[in-house]
Amino acid sequence: MVVWSEQERSIINSIFASLDYDDIGPKALCRCLIVYPWTQRYFGGFGNLYNAEAIKTNPMIAAHGIKVLHGLDRAVKNMDNIKATYAELSVMHSEKLHIDPDNFKLLADCLTIVIAAKMGTAFTADIQAAFQKFLSVVVNALGRQYH
Amino acid sequence: MSLNKTDKERVKAFWSKVAGKADAIGAESLARLIVVYPQTKTYFAHWKDVSPNSPNVTKHGKTVMGGVANAVDKIDDLKGGLLELSELHAFTLRVDPANFKLLTHCILVVLAAQFPADFTPEVHVAMDKFLAAVARALAEKYR
Repeated sequence: MVVWSEQERSIINSIFASLDYDDIGPKALCRCLIVYPWTQRYFGGFGNLYNAEAIKTNPMIAAHGIKVLHGLDRAVKNMDNIKATYAELSVMHSEKLHIDPDNFKLLADCLTIVIAAKMGTAFTADIQAAFQKFLSVVVNALGRQYH
Repeated sequence: MSLNKTDKERVKAFWSKVAGKADAIGAESLARLIVVYPQTKTYFAHWKDVSPNSPNVTKHGKTVMGGVANAVDKIDDLKGGLLELSELHAFTLRVDPANFKLLTHCILVVLAAQFPADFTPEVHVAMDKFLAAVARALAEKYR
């Protein structure tokens, strides 16, 4: 069972309360597709991903980035039970989307970096630690139902 | 996943922008490593004070970043250029190479936080590839 300190809960809630999903979502997904190009394998039907510019201006990718980021909302609301909260989503990522769970960590790392760029020096080491702990629990939960 | 011409150009161009702050970047990166990945503190058991803002951490961050700066200079032959450093890490320090990835991540976070406009996705991928190549060169002599 994951144990969250009051400080960690406060940090996570604060980050998501002031999060601009429409900005951060697309940026995180684009960065993932550019920095780890093999992740593009899951986006065959998303149009032009030919180069970084194409990815950054692709509206389907942007929309999907927002969707994926909102996917984290339920974890924020259910921090004490992320495993159960994401059981169905995990099955979906395995059975329907067939995504290699190693990719979850790649997107999580890109999200961390995008948030760091947004918050600048306000993204302290303690905040980074709490945020990465949260994301690693989410990543773990999403990979749990694979078999 | 080796460095192509564009990667090297991007790394050198970005490095010229950030080199002036290398000491601070190094200190910040090492401080984050210790806080975010507490298991890395095991390598610093010989320091009484391993807190993020301690003089030891600050000084060592500077040393490490100096190594990165040197690697930028040797970017065309990292294996050869970092040979001595690899021997140091392999035979004396014996840092588990898995930790290179953790420090790389912390360096990238610091670069993003301090240079948000310059640390574009294109620069990010070049720097990630570069630091991974540095890590490989450092691990060269391990076995």
